[in-house]
Amino acid sequence: MSTRTTTRLAAVVAIGALGLSACGATKKDSPTAGSTAAGDSKPATGLQIMVPNSPGGGYDTTARTAAKVMEDAKITGSIQVFNLPGAGGTVGLQRVVNEKGNGKLGMLMGLGVVGASHTQKSEAKLSDTTPIARLIEEAGAIVVPKASPYKDINQLVDAWKKDPAKINVGGGSSPGGPDHLLPMQLAKAVGIDPKTVSYISYDGGGELLPAILGNKINFGASGFGEFLPQVKAGSVRVLAVTSEQRIPALKDVPTMKESGIDFTFTNWRGIVAPPGISEADKKVWVDALTKMHDTQAWKDAEAKYGWTDAFQAGDEFGAFLKAQDQSVSEILQNLGLAS
Amino acid sequence: MDNLNNLIEGFGHILTPINLLYAFVGVTVGTAVGVLPGIGPAMTLALLLPITFGLDPTQAMILFCGVFYGGMYGGSTTSILLNTPGESSSVVTALEGNKMAKAGRAAQALATAAIGSFVAGTIATLLLAFVMPQVVAFAIKLGSPDYLAIIMLAFVGAAAVLGSSRIRGFASLLIGLAIGIVGIDRVTGQQRMTFDLPQLADGIDIVVVAVGLFAVGEALWVAAHLRRKAGSVIPVGKPWMGREDWRRSWKPWLRGTALGFPFGAIPAGGAEVPTFLSYVTERKLTKHPEEFGKGAIEGVAGPEAANNASAAGTLVPLLAIGLPTNATAAIMLSALQGWGLDPGPLLIEKQPVLVWTLVASLFVGNTMLLLLNLPLAPAWAKLLQIPRPYLYAGILFFAAMGAWTVNGQAFDLYLLLAIGLLGFAIRRFGFPVLPLIIGVILAPIAELHLRRSLQLSHGDLSGLVGGPVSWVCYAVIAVAILWPLIARLIRTAGGNGGPGSGPGQHTTISTEASA
Repeated sequence: MSTRTTTRLAAVVAIGALGLSACGATKKDSPTAGSTAAGDSKPATGLQIMVPNSPGGGYDTTARTAAKVMEDAKITGSIQVFNLPGAGGTVGLQRVVNEKGNGKLGMLMGLGVVGASHTQKSEAKLSDTTPIARLIEEAGAIVVPKASPYKDINQLVDAWKKDPAKINVGGGSSPGGPDHLLPMQLAKAVGIDPKTVSYISYDGGGELLPAILGNKINFGASGFGEFLPQVKAGSVRVLAVTSEQRIPALKDVPTMKESGIDFTFTNWRGIVAPPGISEADKKVWVDALTKMHDTQAWKDAEAKYGWTDAFQAGDEFGAFLKAQDQSVSEILQNLGLAS
Repeated sequence: MDNLNNLIEGFGHILTPINLLYAFVGVTVGTAVGVLPGIGPAMTLALLLPITFGLDPTQAMILFCGVFYGGMYGGSTTSILLNTPGESSSVVTALEGNKMAKAGRAAQALATAAIGSFVAGTIATLLLAFVMPQVVAFAIKLGSPDYLAIIMLAFVGAAAVLGSSRIRGFASLLIGLAIGIVGIDRVTGQQRMTFDLPQLADGIDIVVVAVGLFAVGEALWVAAHLRRKAGSVIPVGKPWMGREDWRRSWKPWLRGTALGFPFGAIPAGGAEVPTFLSYVTERKLTKHPEEFGKGAIEGVAGPEAANNASAAGTLVPLLAIGLPTNATAAIMLSALQGWGLDPGPLLIEKQPVLVWTLVASLFVGNTMLLLLNLPLAPAWAKLLQIPRPYLYAGILFFAAMGAWTVNGQAFDLYLLLAIGLLGFAIRRFGFPVLPLIIGVILAPIAELHLRRSLQLSHGDLSGLVGGPVSWVCYAVIAVAILWPLIARLIRTAGGNGGPGSGPGQHTTISTEASA
């Protein structure tokens, strides 16, 4: 009985999807949508994704885009996306940990939440959660003002090594956030004591950019996306990107590795679930996100927002998350910002 | 006059029925979210964002700007009528606006806010069209030392509004500073004064503080006196602004615009500081100082013009170099990116039609706001005829909803009640409210810029003085503080200094009046 209902439901859904794709005949993603819907399991329903910061931010855009792609491709039923901002994401983290066993809840998170869980001395730890998948990442960039004397990353690093305290580094996040972790880890990699780094925190790219343009700081460390328009206009220079490979949008900019500095750093985003959820629930999430990752709509969204694909699901992501948690914790303890 | 031609072309694009419809929907929605406390334009835009990707970018931006301007305007309505500021930028409006409403002059207060917003919006949009590149070049040069100097100037201005007793004034300011400091310290990322409550980690929202102090505090006050005193009925006033109202409003409108526009355009400006500076300025320059605190129309006209001018100013760095200076602008920026447009230094060159249509749409939106709100002013004012128990029940409902919507957590409701009790207490013991609000708004900003300036200079105190802006500010502060002394010297030397109208004059009067 139930199998038959499932088949019928899948058929109805498939027809519905076909109907939709017929309406939007010019859409590139229609075939993918049709085929996923005809898959063996029925769409998961009643899922919720929590965003641990405010509407309109990076996490929010990622969560809402992912939810929309999954709904449109009939991978899942409608997904409720809601915001629970606070304390760098740790208010949301606490909620996820409290919702032990709730297999319908997921939280969009990233490196920023990892850092905040340590600086905010959060009782809830990321190691308590069930890792589901990493979705995307963004490489960091080292940016200098147009008038800066530093023409390449090695000149900058040499000057920095000579007198770390004299070089002001600006970033768009509070201590513990990605823009703070980037220069601290870079300092460590090139042999500078992170404690001597003079880091100045700005409130997001909107405040960091004028500080660079106005020559108030020696260099800025942030995600590369924030600077693209300024780079094109020639008002700032990117000395290096922190990814493994060069960034297509900045193809003339070398990576750190090419410049002889063994250092990579990316700000990533992914989804975790509450502790103690059943294997079946975990599989529903992993399968849904894997299918979403395969759709053309998701690839289009990645291209639109300039996200780099970094899909990694289940235990693989779990291992990655653990390693990140470890290295962030070490550097913040070293700086006296976490216990 | 290339810009003028472009602007005329922009008008040509916007004056189609469908674009006008989007502008109309935008200002209506904006006014509505402005009226509802807690829901700001930023959140509205974020929620509208997914819907608008189907629209043409120009139309969507017209819609967004309508929401943005409408929100700035709508916030004043609840401030004036219910003493419940909808947005942080209309907190100052409540000070005089609600007093006017209680004196039966709600319609005049709403009208001066509407016309002031229109005048400020129009002038600021003109400025936006013609001085955009120069403003941006100037804004980028400002650094933390300059911001610090501006805020110091505001603090000195605060001395003028400490009220009748200096002790109470300073106590009130310090309570405000203490509330303002709660939350994550931006320099070290550590929590301060949060008592291990994660809900306090992001600080106490200014809307919760203002609504608690004003609306809840007052409701408690009224409730406490309901049985002892017969309720004074709010008189029914004239529906329109009289000649005297116009005469007293136009200068504050212009001054408010002059203050608001540059603050919107500079990266760390915002709409709160200029509304407050405008209030202090009007209070000092007014010919009716005795009316301040009892419902002076200047105290509504100036700040309302300032917050709208600041809204237009925000678009300057956004359109000129792709730099968002507040949350609303940041969402507009991400919308532009979503359409594959490159907001940035090249936007004007690459998308002149979009930019100029947008500027033209601001004019249209502004006119629509005036047409929408001016006739409504007398109608809104009738709201105050509701019997007091019902009226205050309504106010409390709005206040609670506002506090809830900020973060969607029950904790904020308890906080609202606690701050309401504080509001009741400061009323009971005659503490002035304004210094407290100033403390909450300015303390965190002042601290941030002070510490950032010192970080940038590696602890060297000379880092506290920045560019020309900071010199001017410190010079004005020096004159304001030393003025009583200078005035006395001049009087003794010349024999007839007379009752001068220097900036320090009213400071002395208001702080020492009945000390």
